[in-house]
Order: sequence, then structure tokens, then C-alpha cells
Amino acid sequence: MAFFFISLSNNDLKIRLMQKILLGNEAIAQGAIDAGLSGAYGYPGTPSTEIIEYIFKSKEAKQRNVKAHWATNEKVAMEEALGMSYAGKRAIVTMKHVGLNVAADAFINMAISGINGGLVVVVADDPSQHSSQNEQDSRFYGKFAMLPIFEPSNQQEAYDMMTDAFALSEKMQLPVLFRSVTRLSHSRANVTTSEKVAQNNLQILSDTKRFALIPSFAKKQYRNLIDKQKALADLAESSKWNRYHEGTNTSLGIIASGIAINYLYENFDGKVPFDVLKVSHYPLPKEKVRKMFDRVDKILVLEDGYPFIEEMISDYLGREQKVTGRLTGAIPRTGELNPNIVAVALGLEEHIAEEMPAIVAGRPPQLCPGCGHIDLYEELNELIPEIGEKRVFSDIGCYSLGVLEPYNSIDTLIDMGASIPMAKGAADAGLQPAIAVIGDSTFTHSGMTGLLSAVWDNSPVTVIISDNSAVAMTGAQPSAAMGRLYDIAKGLGVDENHIKIIIPLKKYHDKNVEIIRDEVNYQGVSLIIAQRPCVTMSNEKKDLARKFNTFEPSY
Amino acid sequence: MKKDIIIAGVGGQGILTISAILDMAALQSGYNVKQSEVHGMSQRGGAVQSHVRISDRPVYSDLVPKGKADIILSVEPMELLRYLPYLHPEGYLVTDINPFKNIANYPDEKLVQAEIAKFNHHRMIDARGLAKKAGNFRAANIVMVGAISDLLPFEEGLLKKVIADLFKRKGERIVQMNLDAFDLGKKAVIENMTV
Repeated sequence: MAFFFISLSNNDLKIRLMQKILLGNEAIAQGAIDAGLSGAYGYPGTPSTEIIEYIFKSKEAKQRNVKAHWATNEKVAMEEALGMSYAGKRAIVTMKHVGLNVAADAFINMAISGINGGLVVVVADDPSQHSSQNEQDSRFYGKFAMLPIFEPSNQQEAYDMMTDAFALSEKMQLPVLFRSVTRLSHSRANVTTSEKVAQNNLQILSDTKRFALIPSFAKKQYRNLIDKQKALADLAESSKWNRYHEGTNTSLGIIASGIAINYLYENFDGKVPFDVLKVSHYPLPKEKVRKMFDRVDKILVLEDGYPFIEEMISDYLGREQKVTGRLTGAIPRTGELNPNIVAVALGLEEHIAEEMPAIVAGRPPQLCPGCGHIDLYEELNELIPEIGEKRVFSDIGCYSLGVLEPYNSIDTLIDMGASIPMAKGAADAGLQPAIAVIGDSTFTHSGMTGLLSAVWDNSPVTVIISDNSAVAMTGAQPSAAMGRLYDIAKGLGVDENHIKIIIPLKKYHDKNVEIIRDEVNYQGVSLIIAQRPCVTMSNEKKDLARKFNTFEPSY
Repeated sequence: MKKDIIIAGVGGQGILTISAILDMAALQSGYNVKQSEVHGMSQRGGAVQSHVRISDRPVYSDLVPKGKADIILSVEPMELLRYLPYLHPEGYLVTDINPFKNIANYPDEKLVQAEIAKFNHHRMIDARGLAKKAGNFRAANIVMVGAISDLLPFEEGLLKKVIADLFKRKGERIVQMNLDAFDLGKKAVIENMTV
């Protein structure tokens, strides 16, 4: 991050604006801090991680006593943020798109209860699945919860919109969904910051019934939410973030949401001859869409993610075909947009480009040299011939790379924490022995309840926690599991004779294979903690991890 | 003025440091900049890229359109070729010649160099060797900044100031080593020491 001061000639502007180069995620974080933030909660996940990291490092956040916290999972983070809002203060909660699935219960129901202090839910979607299982579009969640959605088109908007998002949240007493995408979250640009908003004071509500969703109260609150929809639509209709530009050529109109507008401007160097509706604030502004329908012959919808707007405004039976986009094939159905895809959709000639030579080999990500997961997989692979193929259920993290060559050690990864319940279910079906491989942070995120379920039913599964004392893949954030795994396993009821600690190092290879073999053969829940700090961590962090890992290995 | 630059390499080779230098130089020159980068899983030894767009006019797309890159700068020769579709017909290909072989099917180095040599505007530099000469092979990325410095819309003094600021925390010796690396990269181009 770099910054310098711009001295303004305009004397009306009393504040001295500061320009910085900020990553989209940093612009979101700085915007929140300057909008009077008191608390930031989240769980690391690409492409959202840098928002909370920035607040942790921000001197301004420290001066203002802003609480920043990595929660154990996204649902917990959202509920912590709701608690801060309940107490009257402004909070954000951040996550990647699939994290919103985890937090969905809280998300949908806090739309029913409403909020007190401003609450902004920042979700970073990942079109093109750069680091994700899917490219789900969080705008559907916003609509589902009947909440307003902000979708900034660039880093400056990401910064500026945060103040509006908090104001709207408090005005309507509802959470606001703030949607980013990888190409905004992970791109830097010049951002001019503005004056800070004061933080809210602690405010104890005199009537808290709306936060107690027993059916009799909840029905009233649900009705309230429905009744607010008209006001939400009116606010979006007049929002400065939604702009209609009348073109000189009405053969085409373009609706562009979020960052898609940039690819449109890129192709016309900012001067688009057609009608353009820029959408960055939902509900979709109906009057502006109607105006476009009235003025132009054909509409092209540009949106990064699912065909959310396109589906809403398309003729369901496809008789008119006035609206084009991802559903009609004008834009590819999957993957993120780019300037070239948009050029083709606009019928503009694409530049003749060089091709990638055939000799260029793929270079997929891989486990770091010296990584403890490698040793664990080598131990596991030695046992597979005797245990049987296709029965290692795994999870989300660096160790997911074990599904690739040269390891081929794990067979599944679906969502955070799926490994243990899937192993149990497969064992129930007769696939025995069944093994789960899960990381330490994923285990405390969503693995513990699955383990308890297996213990409760005394299922013959072996759980291996590949414990590197970090949330490694997102940049080695601290793991809530550090120093707690043994006690958690014991507390959840795993027989202490079958909780083993191994150190995944070459010199212990044979011993480790033996321990894993014994536990796999045990007809109940066994749990092995393979413990070695992440190689990417600083020596300081590794030493801290070793200080917490006080249990002796089982040799 | 507009410069579209793709920076390529393998996770861990210092791509983001090069990007940060260009960002800061652009900001201090009063230019607009957009710079898209890769975080997350690909950073683990995978192919990574950064798009740097600098202009005195508004920059719209965070991504460089295909066929528009003025420079493709790579700290690894095969990675340079991966982004050829982005090259403008008048654009420059600039790369470190030292391969990073963390995959089994890495192509014949001679074939890689032959592909690069097909283009008139190419610069192949032994950045690793020059960085070693400056004091540490890890400074190869800074050698590469020197090797494109004449193509950038910045004064040399500004680039050096930005590099010095960036490494200030690590002490005077590291700052000097990186400034030397920059000079060696620049000199290699001037003296046509390209391989």
C-alpha cells in the first residue's frame, strides 16, 4: 500500500483527501473503517480474506478500537456481527461465496429480526472458480432473504458504497448484502478516501422482542420485512449507484451489473453509443429497466456470475427473445467475463491474437516442498493396497491437492467438514474401513459435529486431522484448533486409547504407518492427529504452534 | 499514455513485488492504475500472473484485453509463452531465461527459447545470474524491472526511489543489493547482453 496527498484547489472541500492504491478488499475494509465500523468478523476464504487482514493491520482501526476477529466459521462470524449490531454498533461480516451457505441460517433469519446498528454482509463470489467448488452467485441469497444488495463496479465504489450501505442498513433496520467478485477483490486501483463517520455508542434496546423469533413474534417480523419491500425498491430506483445513460443508437440497450460495466466501457473507450443501465444497487430498478424495454430493440445483459438479472427480465417462454445474455448464448454460460467476451457479444471485431504455443505445459498448484501433508499421504498410500481403494474422504484445504498426481491419496472433497460424515455414511453402507482426512481449522470449522455423530453411533471410521496449526491455504491465519485438538476429541467422546498423535516426518514413516494401520483396523471411532506446523509459517509462528502442541507423540 | 503489462511466473517468484513497484511508481506519477493479481491456491507453486494497467486516462477493465499488452514480463521462460494471446503486435516479450522446473513434463528449453525468438521485440536475460552477481538470486525479479525500465513511463530515479522505499525495512544492504540488481538488468538491455 502506498499513499500521497493531493492538495485540492477547491476551497469548499475542507477535508484533505488522500489517494492510495488499494486492493478491492482493502478498499472495502477502509470504507468500513471510515464508515464508523466497530466490529469485523469473518472466516478466511479466497477471494475474501484480505478484508479482515487489512482491519487487523490498520492503525486507524486500532485507534478506533475496532474489534477484528477470525471466527471459527462463517455462521459464527455472522452471529457475532449480529450481536454487535444488536448492541447498537456497526459491524461487517466477511466470507467467500460458499461461506454464505454455512451462514445461511443466520443470514435469512436476521432479515426477519432486522438489525440495530448497521450490519453489512460482505461476500466475495468467485466466477470462474479460481479457488472454489462452484461459482454460485450470492445475489440470489440477497433476493431470497429479501434484502438490499450493493454490487460495486470498482475499487472507488467499493470504498464509497460502504458508508451508504451502513446508512441504508440503519435506515431500513435490515442487513445489507455487499457482493464482490474475485476480479474486484484481488485487483488494486487508486482510491480517494474521505472523512470518517463517527462510531455508534453502545445502545441497549428497550424492546428486544423482534430478536426473539418465536412464531408469534416472527410472523409479525416477516410481515414487516414484506412491507419494507416497496421502500427498498424505491430506494434502489433513485439510488445514485444505478445510472441510466441514453445512447444515440437505440438498436441495442445494455444492462451491466457490478464490474461488468468496466468491460463494456473498455470496448468503447468510455463512450458507449447505446443505452446503458449500470446496476450496482438492488432490488433491480424496475422503472429504469422498463425505460430500456421501451426505448431499444434488443437488450444485452452483462453480469459476472449467474444470469441473475437476465432471468428476471427474460420472457420465460422465449417467444420475444428481446433479452440476450448467458441464457441465450450471447455470453458463455459459465466463467467470469473479460473485455474480449464482451467484445464478441457486442459484435465488435476481436483483435487477432497470438496463440499459446503447444509446448507450454500446465502448471497446477502443488504442495510446498517439505510440507507435512506430503509425508502423511506417503504413509497413507503405503496402506491403501491392504485397506482397499476409494475410501479416503477428505476436505477443503491445502491437503485437497492430495487428490492430484503424484499422491492420488484422497477420493472426495465436497464442502467444509464433509469428510467425517461421509466416511460414517459410507461405513454404514458397508464400505469399511472408511477414513476421513481433514485439516485442523476445517475440523474446528465444521468437523466437530460430524465427529460427535460418528462417536454417538460408534461408527468404524478413522479420522486423521492433518494439523499444521494454521489456516494455511488462505495465508496461514491462526487456527482456533491450535493446542485444542486432543482435548476436543476426548471431550467429544473418542476413546483415549484411540487418540494418537504422530509427526509426519520421513524418520517416523514406519511408525506412523503402523499407528494408522492399527487405528484403521479398530472397530470404532479412532482419531489421529498428524502434527507439524505449516512450512510457510515464520519461525516465530512455528515456535508458537510447538508451544501449544504439548501432547507427546504416540511412539 | 497507456501501458498494459502482464507479469508472469510461478507462485513465490516475486510477481507481486514487481507489480507493487509499478503500482507505486504510477501513483507517485499521478497516473491511474489497475492491477489484478492471483491469490489463494494457485500461489502454491502454480502459474501466476498479474495484469498491470497504467494510464493518464481512466482505466476501465481490471484485466488487459487479449492482443493489447505492451509488455509481457516473465520471471520464467515457459510462463512467458502462456500469455502470448495477450501480446500486442508491437508489444515486447521480456523474460528471465532460467526455467523453474517443478513439473515433470517441462518442455525442451531450446524449443521454449526458439518460440520466444520468433518475435522481433524480445529480451531474454539471465536475471538469476545477474541477481546472484548483485548479491542474491532472489533479486531476479528486480533485475527484470531494470530490464523493462526503458519501456516504462517513469523516470529511472522514481523507480529507484520506489525500490529503495519498498526494501527500506530490510536494511541498507538489501536496498543497495536490489538497486544493483535493477542497474544490472538495465545494463544488460543497453549492452544488448541478451542471450
